[in-house]
Formats: sequence, C-alpha cells, structure tokens
Amino acid sequence: MYVMRRKGITAMKIRTIKRHLVEAFKSMGRNGWMSFASISAVTVTLLLVSVFLAILLNINHIASQIEDDVQIRAYIERTEKSENYDAYQKQLENLEKVKSVKYQSKEEGLDELIESLGDEGEAFSSLKDENPLRDAFIIYTDKPQDTAAVAKEVDKLKFVNKVEYGQGTVEKLFKVTDAARNVGIVLVLGLVFTAMFLISNTIKLTIVTRRREIEIMKLVGATNGFIRWPFFIEGFALGVMGAILPIIVIAVGYQAIFDIVNQKLGTVFIELLPVTPLIPQLSLLMLLIGGVIGVWGSLTSVRKFLKI
Amino acid sequence: MIEMIDVWKTYPNGVMALNGIDVYIEKGEFVYVVGPSGAGKSTFIKCMYREEKPTQGSIIINGTNLAKVKERQIPKVRRKMGVIFQDFKLLPRLTVYENVAFALEVIEETPKVIRERVMEVLDLVKLKNKARMFPDELSGGEQQRVSIARSIVNRPPVVIADEPTGNLDPETAWEIMDIFKEINDRGTTVVMATHNKEIVNTITKRVIAIEGGRIVRDEAKGDYGYED
Ligand SMILES: Nc1ncnc2c1ncn2[C@@H]1O[C@H](COP(=O)(O)OP(=O)(O)OP(=O)(O)O)[C@@H](O)[C@H]1O
Ligand SMILES: [Mg+2]
Repeated sequence: MYVMRRKGITAMKIRTIKRHLVEAFKSMGRNGWMSFASISAVTVTLLLVSVFLAILLNINHIASQIEDDVQIRAYIERTEKSENYDAYQKQLENLEKVKSVKYQSKEEGLDELIESLGDEGEAFSSLKDENPLRDAFIIYTDKPQDTAAVAKEVDKLKFVNKVEYGQGTVEKLFKVTDAARNVGIVLVLGLVFTAMFLISNTIKLTIVTRRREIEIMKLVGATNGFIRWPFFIEGFALGVMGAILPIIVIAVGYQAIFDIVNQKLGTVFIELLPVTPLIPQLSLLMLLIGGVIGVWGSLTSVRKFLKI
Repeated sequence: MIEMIDVWKTYPNGVMALNGIDVYIEKGEFVYVVGPSGAGKSTFIKCMYREEKPTQGSIIINGTNLAKVKERQIPKVRRKMGVIFQDFKLLPRLTVYENVAFALEVIEETPKVIRERVMEVLDLVKLKNKARMFPDELSGGEQQRVSIARSIVNRPPVVIADEPTGNLDPETAWEIMDIFKEINDRGTTVVMATHNKEIVNTITKRVIAIEGGRIVRDEAKGDYGYED
C-alpha cells in the first residue's frame, strides 16, 4: 500500500515536470521574437561580462606576480663596518610593516646582476675585481602597497646610502590595477542588471497573453508554485541559451590570445592564466549568471499576476 | 455548508458593496441571488471563492473559515468549489476536452482519472461529440456548458455562478438551467446570481434579494420580485 502510494506520487511528479517543460517551451515558441530578444540581451551582456572577467582576472594575476616581486633595496654606506650589519638588520626588521629583511653582499649583488642579464652580462664579469656595487639589505613589506612608505622610513636611517624600489612605477602599477578592478566590477554589475530588466520586461509581455490562463488556473485551485514553474523554466532556459554564444567566443578567443602571448612574450615575466581552469570556470559562471538573470527576470514579472 | 456572519466589504476606492450580510445555506440547496444592478451580488459571490477578501466578518465554506485561511491554503479551498461566469472564461487555444481536463491537470490528477471524469461530465452537459472542437467553433450555450463541465469535473460540493445565462438567448438559458438542476439533483449546492426573472419565477427555489449591500428578502420558494 505504502509502496503503491509512493509510486503514484513519483509518477505524478514526473508527469507534472514534463507538463511544465512543454508549457515553457511552447511559450518560448509562441513568443519567438520576444524570446530571441531576451536571449540576445543576455548574450550581449554575458559577452561583455566574460571578456571583462577574463581581462580582470588576468590583470589580477599579473599584478600579483609583479607585486610579489616588489622589494626595497637599501644600500649601505661604504664607510660602515660589517660587524655592525647584524644590528642594522635587526633595526630594519623592527620597523613597522616590514615582513622580512635579507642581507646581500656586493659580490652576491653583482652575481645576480650578471645572471639576470644573460649573455650581455658576461661583459660585466671583468668588474668582479673592482665591484662598483655596495652591500645591501633587501626588504620585503607585509603588503606590496606599503613599499613607498617603508622605503621613505628606511632612507632616513644613517647607515643607508640610497634606497631603490622602482620609485613611481610601483605606485603607478597599483593605481592601474586598482582602477581596473573597480571599473570592471561596476561595469559587470551594471550590465547584469540591465540584462535582468530586459528579460523581466520580455517575460512580462509573454505573461500578458497568458493572463487569462493564469486566472483560470487560480480559479480551479492551482497552487502558485504550480503556476510559477513553467515561467521559472522559461526564464532559466532563456538565460542559459543566452550564455552559449559568449562561452564559445571566450573559449576560442582566449585560447588564441593565450597561444600568441605564450609564443611571442613567453620569455618575459608576463604570464597569462592557463586556459584549462580559467575557461571551464568562466563557462560555468556564465551559465550560472545567465540562469539567475533569466529566473529572476521571469519570477519578478509573474509575481503580480498571481495575486488573484 | 456555506455560512456568512456579519460580512462587510468596502472596496479600496471607498465603495461599500456589502454592509452586514448574514446568511446560511444548507448542503444541497439551490439559491438564487437577485437584486438591482450594483446591489452587491457579484461582490457577494466573489467573497465566497475568495477573489475578494471581506473587510470584516467570517465566511465558512465546507467547514473552513475563509477569514482564517492562509494564502497558501486558498487553492485547497477553491478545489472544493466550482465557479462559473457570464463570459465563460475558456482558453481559446485548447479544445473542449482540454479545457475541461485543464482543471484536473493543474491539481495533478492522474491521466486515468482525468480521462474518466472529463468524459463523464462532457456526457452530462451533452458535449461528448464536440470534445475535439475549439471554443470559437461552439455556440454561446455550448461554451457555457463547457465551462460548467470544467467547474464540476473535480466534483466540488458547491457550485457558484455569476449570471451564467447573462449572455445567452432565452432558449439556450433554459438548456443551461436544466444542467444546473441536474447538478443540484445529484446533491451539489448551487448558488447563482441572476437577472433572469422568468427562470427564477418558473424554477422556484430559495431566493435571496440583495439591495445596497444588505439582504432585504430571503424566501424558501420565492419569486424574482423586480420588474426588469
Ligand atoms: N473592484 C471594484 N472596485 C471598486 N468598486 C467595485 C468593484 N467591484 C464592484 N464595485 C462596486 O461595488 C458595488 C457592487 O458591485 P457588484 O458588482 O457587486 O454589483 P452587482 O450586484 O453584481 O451588479 P450587476 O447586477 O450589475 O452585476 C457597485 O457600486 C460597484 O461599482
Ligand atoms: Mg454582477
């Protein structure tokens, strides 16, 4: 008895789901042009959103690579005696916002320079006897953004001859990355809301033609949930369909750009995010945003018709 | 079965459509609701199936107090009553059969039950042979018979009708009344707002007359009582 009841209920559910699906797709077909307009609205939005996101994530990625490299070099006066170096290092480490301090002798400094210059560096090998560099402390700050402030403090110290941290470039870099992030977020949000309103208006128009149907459904005792389902499915389907083209475009486009950057600029320190985690993640996100836009748009427009 | 206790309805625009209605309708009764235009008959009917909420008072239908029912429970209440309108309210894209089956589909009946019940009520309203036609291929009387079939297909104990013969010629109106009599004979309570003097005076039943939102007359075997 119990089993039979259960079976009856499940069978009914499946049939109802089928009915809702049929209703949703019938409505999309009947309102062909409006459906097309909704899908297009989502497509345009998601195209822009996905391009922005791809750029944004890469800027973030590159910025964090560069940020990690940001360091302060404090060169020590030649007159200072090396037995005091330990004390000086302690003094630097005790400064605020300083994460770590590393000592680099002038010989090590020269080796590093020669190595970083590659073939051209060979020319400097002869300098090893009369090393023009000074001993230095390499300072890492807690946050890359603290670099300028810490460098200023370090420069005041007596034993320091000169401070180097890529003055200007670091500040500019942070300004650019921060601005890019903020502009990107604002644009993405703006676009998403625009698409939501477009879809909600589209579905509102399709509902007006189904007003009578909803009214009768309510009169014969259909629940709001039952009435809502086809609209939910319709909105979701429109949103997801709108995500297809952007996904294809971003997948193909990003792969191409990635290949070019890797071939031409592979040796430079710039490195794009790899295709495989990025594109599947972006695609999923696009499907999700599309679905949410569609569902939200359709449910907000059906709501007021349910108050009978 | 149906009980209204001190029911008042003031529309948001300030019109006082019902002003203290008290009424009791027994199971299996047949009741006409008459009165001049604007008296509040439709408002009375709408409060019964909860299209309008009374401003004050309680309405008890099939043992449920509509004033205390939560919004989510309204569908359940509506499944226990059939509603019929002057303008039929059929879906033009659906056939006769589909229009009637619709009432059962949305409450998730099984296909077997739907098939049986729909054919049964179409037989009752004598439209079995027109099951595959669309509403615009039918006469007004036939369309009203479809809407009656839809209202009774889930076997509600109460059927409520607001001027069901209002759009029909006299002869067709009588055909519709035959069906209402048949439904009533099977034990269903029928409440019908009407302006049809001849019907009320010929098929004599209980008559409730409303004027200015008040019950001014309530007679067991009454007559129409107005000259329109
Ligand atoms: N939705 C509404 N909003 C505001 N006022 C309304 C509304 N519906 C009806 N009324 C008013 O309430 C009063 C009663 O209207 P109702 O429709 O109940 O009358 P009725 O007896 O059905 O009339 P008729 O015989 O013409 O159908 C009228 O004055 C009408 O103008
Ligand atoms: Mg009326």
